Amino acid sequence: MSIMNNLINGTNFDHKSLNALQKVTLRAVVMSFLFFGLVAIEGMIMRLVQAHAPIPHMFYHPEHYFSIMTVHPIVGIFGSTYQLVFAAFMFLVPFLTKKPLYSIKLANAVWLLITIGTALAWLSAFFTGYAPLYTLYWPLPADTTQFSVFGGIVFIVGVALIMVGTLGFIYNIYATIFQRVGVHKDKTTKELLISGFGIDGMLNLWNKLRGKPPYTKEPALALPVVAIFRGTVDTFLDAIVILGAGILVLVYLLFDATGHPLNVGAIDALLYKNYFWWGLDLVADGLVLIYVAGSWYLLATLITGQKLFMENVARAALMLELLVSWMVWSHHLLADQGQPEMMKLISGEMVTAFELLTQGLALFITLVTLWKARPLKITPELAYLLGGLVGFGLAVPAAIIQADMGMNRILHNTQWIIFAHVHIALIVGLYMTLYSAVYVLWPIVTNNTKMFSKKLTWTHFWLYLVGGVGMGAFAGMAGLDGMLRRHLYVNGEFNTLMVLAAICGTMVLVAWFLFLFNIVMSVGIKGLIGIFLPAEDKTASYGIEPETVAENHKV
Amino acid sequence: MTFSSSLELLAFHNVAYTIYAFMIISIIAWFGYNLTRKEKVPSKVRIPFYGYIGFLVAMGVGHHIFTYNTIPWVSQDIMRHEIKPDASYKFEVAKHKWINMPKHVTVQCGQTIEFDVKSRDLVYGFGLFRQDGTMAMQMQVNPGTDVNGILDSNDILWTFNHNGVFDVVSTEYSGPAEYDPETGEDLMKVKKWLTVVGCKEDGGKK
Repeated sequence: MSIMNNLINGTNFDHKSLNALQKVTLRAVVMSFLFFGLVAIEGMIMRLVQAHAPIPHMFYHPEHYFSIMTVHPIVGIFGSTYQLVFAAFMFLVPFLTKKPLYSIKLANAVWLLITIGTALAWLSAFFTGYAPLYTLYWPLPADTTQFSVFGGIVFIVGVALIMVGTLGFIYNIYATIFQRVGVHKDKTTKELLISGFGIDGMLNLWNKLRGKPPYTKEPALALPVVAIFRGTVDTFLDAIVILGAGILVLVYLLFDATGHPLNVGAIDALLYKNYFWWGLDLVADGLVLIYVAGSWYLLATLITGQKLFMENVARAALMLELLVSWMVWSHHLLADQGQPEMMKLISGEMVTAFELLTQGLALFITLVTLWKARPLKITPELAYLLGGLVGFGLAVPAAIIQADMGMNRILHNTQWIIFAHVHIALIVGLYMTLYSAVYVLWPIVTNNTKMFSKKLTWTHFWLYLVGGVGMGAFAGMAGLDGMLRRHLYVNGEFNTLMVLAAICGTMVLVAWFLFLFNIVMSVGIKGLIGIFLPAEDKTASYGIEPETVAENHKV
Repeated sequence: MTFSSSLELLAFHNVAYTIYAFMIISIIAWFGYNLTRKEKVPSKVRIPFYGYIGFLVAMGVGHHIFTYNTIPWVSQDIMRHEIKPDASYKFEVAKHKWINMPKHVTVQCGQTIEFDVKSRDLVYGFGLFRQDGTMAMQMQVNPGTDVNGILDSNDILWTFNHNGVFDVVSTEYSGPAEYDPETGEDLMKVKKWLTVVGCKEDGGKK
C-alpha cells in the first residue's frame, strides 16, 4: 500500500463501523492531541527565548512571552489533558460497568465546550496580550492598567466554558455510575455510594483484622471505576473554585468596562491565594494522582489479565488520597510570610508528605501486580506504563523535597518545581500513562485498526521518554542555579542548561509529530473526517470483555 | 551538620536527588527487563510490605526533621517575631517600583537582618541573588491592609554567614510592566544592592 493511499484511507480503519460511544471518544482524543501539539510548540518558543536563540524579536517582547506562558498551561492541562482523560473515562465507565453512557449528546457537548473554551482563552492572549498567568494572583487579572478589559473578559469566558464542559463530564460520569441497569439493576444508590467511596474496601480490611468474613466479596464497582468516582469529586470541587474565581474577575472587569471600577483592595490577596490554591491543588494533588493511580491499576490488570494485588488496600488508599488532597494546598504558600505557621507546618509539610505514601503505595501495588504475572512481553502499552511509573517516581519526591519550609525558601518559584516536578509529572508520568491507555484501548475503540508502523511507535516512545526526562532534568537544574520560573531572561543567563533543555524539548515535539503521523496514517484523512460525522450506530456502550486485552501480552 | 548558606544546601540536594533519580530509573529498567525473562528470577531482597510503608513514612517525616535540624533559617523564620534583628530595612513597592528602598546596604558577617516589604498594589516577590545568579533567599510580597488601612507586612529575618554581593529581584510575576517592552530587561532588578563583609573565606565570622 502506498504512502499516499495510507494517508487518505488509513490501514483498515472504517469509521462507519464505529458506534456513537466510540466516535465521541475519538473526537475528544483527536482534539486533545492537536492541543498537545500546540502546547509543545508554545513550550518550545519559551525554551528558545530562554536559550537566547535567534528567533523573531517579537517572541522576546514581555507581553508576548507572558501571554504564551499564560495560555500554555490552559491549553496543556485543559485543552489536552482534560480532554484525553475525560474521553478515556467516558468510554471506560460504560465499558467496565457494562452499562450505556448516560448521554452521548452531553459527551459531545463536553469536548466541544472544552475545545471552544480553550480556543477563546488562547485567542484572547494571542490578540490582546492578556497575561495574568494561570495562577491569577489577585489583583493582577483585574489590573486594567496592564491588560485589556475585552481580552480579560474573553479569557475568563473561555475558562468558564472549559469548567462548564467539566461539569458536563462529571454529570455524565455519575449519572452513568448510578444508572440502575444491567449488572447494577438490583443495586441501591447506597451500595453504589459505599463502593464508590471505597468504604467497602475499608470495611473488608477492618473485618479481616477482627477475623470476620469480608463485608463484600464482590464490590459493586470495579477498582478503576472507584478511582474515577473519587477523582471526579476533586474535579468537581476544582471546577467550582475556578468558576468562582472566574466570576469574581469577570465582575471586576465588567464594572471597569462600564467606567465604574470596583476597589480591588476589597479582596484580600492572601485569602484569595488560599482559596485559589485549595481549588487548583485539587488538580495537581487530587484528581491527577487519583486518576493516575486508578489508571495504573486498570492497565496492570488489563495487561496481565490478573486481579490487582492488595485490592482492598488500594481501594482504601484511594479514599486516603482524596482526603489528603483537600488538605495540602499550603505547600504553595510556604513563601507567604502572612500565612499562619501552623498551616505551613501541618498542611504544607506534614499532610503533603502523605502523598509520598499514597503514590508510593500505588506504585508498589502496580509493580507487584505486573511482577506476579511474569513473564510478560514488552508491548508499547507495557513500556509506556513503566515510563509513567518512572515519571511519577521522579516527580513526586521532587515536590515533596520542596514542600518544606527550609527548602522552599531557596527553591520557591524557581524552574525546579515547574520542571523537575510539574513537567516530569505531566509529560512523563501522566502522558506516558495516557499513551499506555491509548495503546490498550486503541483496538477496542477503533474496531481493531492496524497501527501503521511499530517502528514509529517505538521511536515515539524513546524520543518522548528521553526528551521528557531530559528537559525536566536540565531545566530543573537551572532552578537549582537560581533561575526563576515566571521570569524573562534576555541576556543568555543559564544558557547552557537552557540549550540542553531546548534540545530535549525538541525531542518531545518531534515525538509528538511522529505519533500524530502514525495515527493519521492508520486512520487516514477520510477516517479522520469520518470520526466527526454522525454515527450510524447509536449504541452508547461497548461490550468487549476486558480479559481479551491480556492475551496479547502473554509470552 | 548545618547548612550555613543556600549554596551548601543546594549542592547537597543536587547530589542526593541525582543519585535518587538514577536509582529509580535503574530499578524500573531492571524491573522491566526481568518482567520479560522466562525463567523465574530468584528474589535477592525481600521487602516486607509494612517495611516499605514504614520507609515511606520515615522519608516523608524524616525529611522535615532533618531540614529543621540542619537548616538554620527554618526555626529562625518560625520564631522571627521573638528575635531582635541587628538591623531592619522597611520599604514598599508599587507600580513595579521600589519605594523608600535604601540605595545600598552593607551587612557585617553574622548579622541577622530584617527585611519588611509592603505592596501597595500587586503581588510581588523579594529575593536576594548572588552575582552568579544563584538564589540566597526569597519571599512573596502580598498587598493588603489591616482594618485601620495600614499596609500588611511581609517580613523575613536573614542571617548572613558568607561574604558576597547580592542583587534584588522580584521573585513573583506582576505583569509585563515589570520589563522594558522593547529590550525585555527586568526594570525591578536592583544590581549589587547588598554587600556582606567581614566573613572568613569559608564562611563565619573572622
